[in-house]
Amino acid sequence: MFEPILTRNIHRPNSEKIATYLAHGGYAAVKLALTKTPDELIEMVKRSGLRGRGGAGFPAGVKWGYMPKGAGIQKFVAVNTDEGEPGTFKDREIVERDPHQVIEGVIIAAYAVGASRAYVYIRGEFFLGVKRWIKAIADAYEYGFLGRNILGSGFDLDMSVHRGAGAYICGEETAMLESLEGKRGNPRLKPPYPAQAGLFGLPTLVHNIETLACIPHIVERGPEWFASIGTAESKGPKIFSVSGHVNRPGNYELPLGVTLREIIYEHAGGIRGGRELKAVIPGGASTPMLTASQIDVPMAYETLKAAGSELGTGAIVVLDVTTCMVETARRLTKFFAHESCGRCTPCRIGSQRLYETLDRIESGKGTMDDIDRAVELARGIDGITFCPMGAMLVNPARSAIQHFRPEFEYHILNKHCLVCKSKERNYG
Amino acid sequence: MRNPQSAIENPKSRAMLLAALYIAQEQYGWLNPEAIRRVADRLNLTEGQVRSTASFYTLFKLEPQGRYRIQVCEGLSCYLVGGAEPMMDFISKKLKIKPGETTPDGKFTLEVVECLAACDLAPALKVNDELYGQMTAEKIDALLEELRNV
Ligand SMILES: Cc1cc2nc3c(=O)[nH]c(=O)nc-3n(C[C@H](O)[C@H](O)[C@H](O)COP(=O)(O)O)c2cc1C
Ligand code: FES
Repeated sequence: MFEPILTRNIHRPNSEKIATYLAHGGYAAVKLALTKTPDELIEMVKRSGLRGRGGAGFPAGVKWGYMPKGAGIQKFVAVNTDEGEPGTFKDREIVERDPHQVIEGVIIAAYAVGASRAYVYIRGEFFLGVKRWIKAIADAYEYGFLGRNILGSGFDLDMSVHRGAGAYICGEETAMLESLEGKRGNPRLKPPYPAQAGLFGLPTLVHNIETLACIPHIVERGPEWFASIGTAESKGPKIFSVSGHVNRPGNYELPLGVTLREIIYEHAGGIRGGRELKAVIPGGASTPMLTASQIDVPMAYETLKAAGSELGTGAIVVLDVTTCMVETARRLTKFFAHESCGRCTPCRIGSQRLYETLDRIESGKGTMDDIDRAVELARGIDGITFCPMGAMLVNPARSAIQHFRPEFEYHILNKHCLVCKSKERNYG
Repeated sequence: MRNPQSAIENPKSRAMLLAALYIAQEQYGWLNPEAIRRVADRLNLTEGQVRSTASFYTLFKLEPQGRYRIQVCEGLSCYLVGGAEPMMDFISKKLKIKPGETTPDGKFTLEVVECLAACDLAPALKVNDELYGQMTAEKIDALLEELRNV
C-alpha cells in the first residue's frame, strides 16, 4: 500500500486549519529550508526530479535555476490555482483541505529564488477555495510564517489572493499574469518566459499548487527519497482525479508509474454496472484518448508519450461502451472553441470550424469528407497558434478519429449514433 | 472632471480591476453602466477599458441577473453520468425559461457552465456560489422548491 504524501492530512477533521497542520509536523520544512542556502534548495529540487503538475511537466528545479540571481531585482512567485482543465479536480481539493502545505511550498520556493511577493491566482468559481486561501494566509502571517523577518531569518515574504473570473485560458501562465495585472487574459508570446519577464515585467516563478505541495516533503525527506518514488523520468507522488463511468470517482494519490488499469479497477472500483471499458482520457480533456487495450500503460510522462498521449494534469476520464466517441469529441471541442481567447486566427476560427464539423457528423448531417476535413483542420491548427492551446484543442477530435473512425463513418452513413440510444437518462 | 478618454494607466491600480469589478457586481447585482463608470473613475481607466476587460470573463455579468443563478455543468464527466443537457432540459421545463434567460419574477437565471472541477460529484450544478453534486431529479425538485420559498 502506497502511503499518501500530499493527501495525508485531507481526511483529518479541520484539515484546512493551521493548528491541524502544525500538529502533524507542518511548517517544519520551512524551518529546515531557512537554514540552507538558496542554491542548496534549487539543487535539491533539481535532484528530486520533480516536474510541474499543471500540465506541461517541466522540471521544477530547472525553472528555479532560470530565475535571475541577486538581491537587487524584485522577483515574484505566482501560484496557479486556476484549475479549469475538464476532468481535473485535484487543486480544488488541495486548497480546500490543505492550503498550508502549499503555503509552505511557496515560502520555500520564494526563499530559494529570492522572491519577496507571492500572488495566488484562483479560479473565480472556487468560492470555498478563495475563503480557505484567505484564511490560511492570514493565519500564516499570524504565526510568523509570512511577513517580515520570517522565523528570525531576515527573509521577508508577502502573499495575497486574486480571484479569476471565469476564463479557462487564464490557467495558461502568461494569460494568468495578464489577468493578475487586471487585463483581459490573452496569452503573451514566449519567450520571454515568466522567469525572465513575468508579472509587471519582473522575473516570476509560476507553479501549479500540486507542484508546490511537493516542495516541503522534498526538503524534509530529501530529494533522493522523492526520486525513489516513480519511474525513470517521472518522480514522486501524483494526485489522479478519476471521473466518468467508474464506481468510485475521486482523487487518488499514487506513485507516478502506476498503471491506468490499477487506478481504474483497484482504486476507482471498476466500471459502473460492470460494463466494458471503451476508452480513457488519461490527463485531462486536452490529452489524446487511449483505447481499452492500452490501459496497462504506466501513468508517467515518458510512457504516456510513447503510447501517443500525455500525463497532462493526471485527470482520468473513464468511458465505457455506452459512450459515443463522436459526441465525446464534439463536446470537448465545443469547450475549447468556447474558451479560445480569440486572439489568433487558427485557434479562434479553427476551433470553431472543427467544432462545427464534429457537430455536423454527430447530428447525422455529415458527409464522408467531413472526417478528413476534421483531420485536416486539426493539422492546420496544431503548432501554429500563439500559445499551446492550439496543440491541446485538436487532441480530442484527432484521437477519437484515430481510434474510432468506424464510429464516425457509422454516424454519417446511418444518420444516427451506434450507442447513444443506451445512454443513461435520469431526468425528464 | 477629468476626461475619461485621456486616462493614463497606472499598473498598480489597473491590477485592482478584477477585484473592483467583483465589488461593483456584488453591490449592483450586475455590471450596469453606472457600476462600470464608477469602477473606471476609481481606477483611472476608461469605461471602454473596463467594459472590454469585464466582457472577457464569464463571471462578470453585463446584463441583469436573477436572484439565484442556476449554473448547470455541461462538461464531459457530468454528461457521462446523465447530467448536462438532460439535466438542463429538466430544470428548463420546471422554470419555464431557456438557458441564458431569467424568470419574469427575477428569481432565477439559468446558465450553462463548463466543468466545475467537481467531476467526482457529477452530475453537478451551482446556485450562485454554492456547489451541488450528485444531482437527481428528486434533489433538483427539492432544491428548486426550497429556493422558491425563501
Ligand atoms: C490553455 C492552458 C491552460 C492551462 N491551465 C492551467 C491550469 O488551470 N492550472 C495550472 O496549474 N496550469 C495550467 N496550465 C499550465 C501553465 O501554463 C503552466 O505550465 C503551469 O502553471 C506551470 O506550473 P508547473 O510547472 O508547476 O506545472 C495551462 C496551460 C495552457 C496552455
Ligand atoms: S464535468 Fe461537470 S464538474 Fe467536471
